[in-house]
Amino acid sequence: MSSPNDSEQHSHHHVLPTEPALRAAALEAVLVRKGLVDPSALDRIIDHYRNRVGPRHGAKVVAKCWVDREFREALLANATTAIKRLDISGRQGEHVIAVENTPEVHNLVVCTLCSCYPWPLLGLPPGWYKSHAYRSRAVREPRGILAEFGVELLPKQRVRVWDSTSEIRYLVVPMRPAGTEGMDETELAELVSRDSMIGASLAESPGVT
Amino acid sequence: MSGVHDIGGRPCSEPIQLTEAEDGIFKHGWHARALAATLAAGMLGKWNLDASRHARESLAGDEYRSLSYYEIWMAALSNLLVRSRLVRKSELSDPGSAENLPLRASAARADRIAEILNRGSPTARDIAATRRFRVGQRVRARCPHRNRFVDGGHTRLPSYVSGRTGTICRAGQAHVLPDSNAHFLGERPEYVYSVRFPMSELWQSDAEHEADEVVLDLWESYLEPA
Repeated sequence: MSSPNDSEQHSHHHVLPTEPALRAAALEAVLVRKGLVDPSALDRIIDHYRNRVGPRHGAKVVAKCWVDREFREALLANATTAIKRLDISGRQGEHVIAVENTPEVHNLVVCTLCSCYPWPLLGLPPGWYKSHAYRSRAVREPRGILAEFGVELLPKQRVRVWDSTSEIRYLVVPMRPAGTEGMDETELAELVSRDSMIGASLAESPGVT
Repeated sequence: MSGVHDIGGRPCSEPIQLTEAEDGIFKHGWHARALAATLAAGMLGKWNLDASRHARESLAGDEYRSLSYYEIWMAALSNLLVRSRLVRKSELSDPGSAENLPLRASAARADRIAEILNRGSPTARDIAATRRFRVGQRVRARCPHRNRFVDGGHTRLPSYVSGRTGTICRAGQAHVLPDSNAHFLGERPEYVYSVRFPMSELWQSDAEHEADEVVLDLWESYLEPA
């Protein structure tokens, strides 16, 4: 297993069925028959990513950050510890940094090498985040991408792109929209979309949703 | 030569396609099955996440470009299973030929899945070494950006920053070094730094906006003083 050329020359997946759904079924059948995976563990994993994690966790963190000064400081100082206190932790979110949008800086997250993404906070990444187009373009023309997403930057905002090259995952804290002064955390969380926590959107204004 | 996966900054005129999966998570039922099989097989402990990434990156270029996301995962999983001698190639082509065996002791049971996924696998390590760099220091990303242990091996230093100069904006904890770990050569943890590169340094006159910047997390051995 020492040389990568090895793997190109000895690729073993070609013997599987051509149709992807059948390929997935064949792989699963072998794993289960050989006692390598517990079939009900597979269902639990799917349930976890379909129902238990998702952007509502990230939105809760952002809303709390907007209303709770102490939490905001803790989150910006050490997001891993701060979100653990809200019971948010896990695979692809072992080390987290929160970056705050301000009138001077707009943050955008990408993983140019694969598809690293803060799963415990946002769930599994959307298709566009994993696409070759986004991975290629985000570090070169983020403003072009933001325009495609309909994000209008403030005149003085710089764009800071975070390429997730290590096991550190990034959460963008969007700016709190105007007109939300009296709202509580639950109401505020409703305004925080998945894309706004990647930096590909802004938090919604009240009344728009 | 850059790997087929190392596509940051490559010329691309395709718009971002914003189509969403029907259930918001998995576009097809088999996507969910491919994800679950990959994670569950990984829990056997025969390889690590870096090796898994390397298996995906080592697919032939035309395959990597033409296969969909979860097809890449399945191809890499098949290769890892055969190379780790957990499954024979003949069993992949004919699953019915595989011997029916009881569940291995090392396989993750259903009742442990939530705990395993909620725990994850932290890669930060405490090391005694003195830091080579400090916040505010100017550094150059290593050029060429190849793996120092294995010819053509795995690395997390993207080609688009290789040879470019940036400024350290965060001196973080030490983390397992993917270049070593992906090839089962030990964890060799090193300090990881967040390094800020101005767009003008990365793309010169092609930079989209001179005030913008890209930040990458780079291991100490990826950097040299500038």
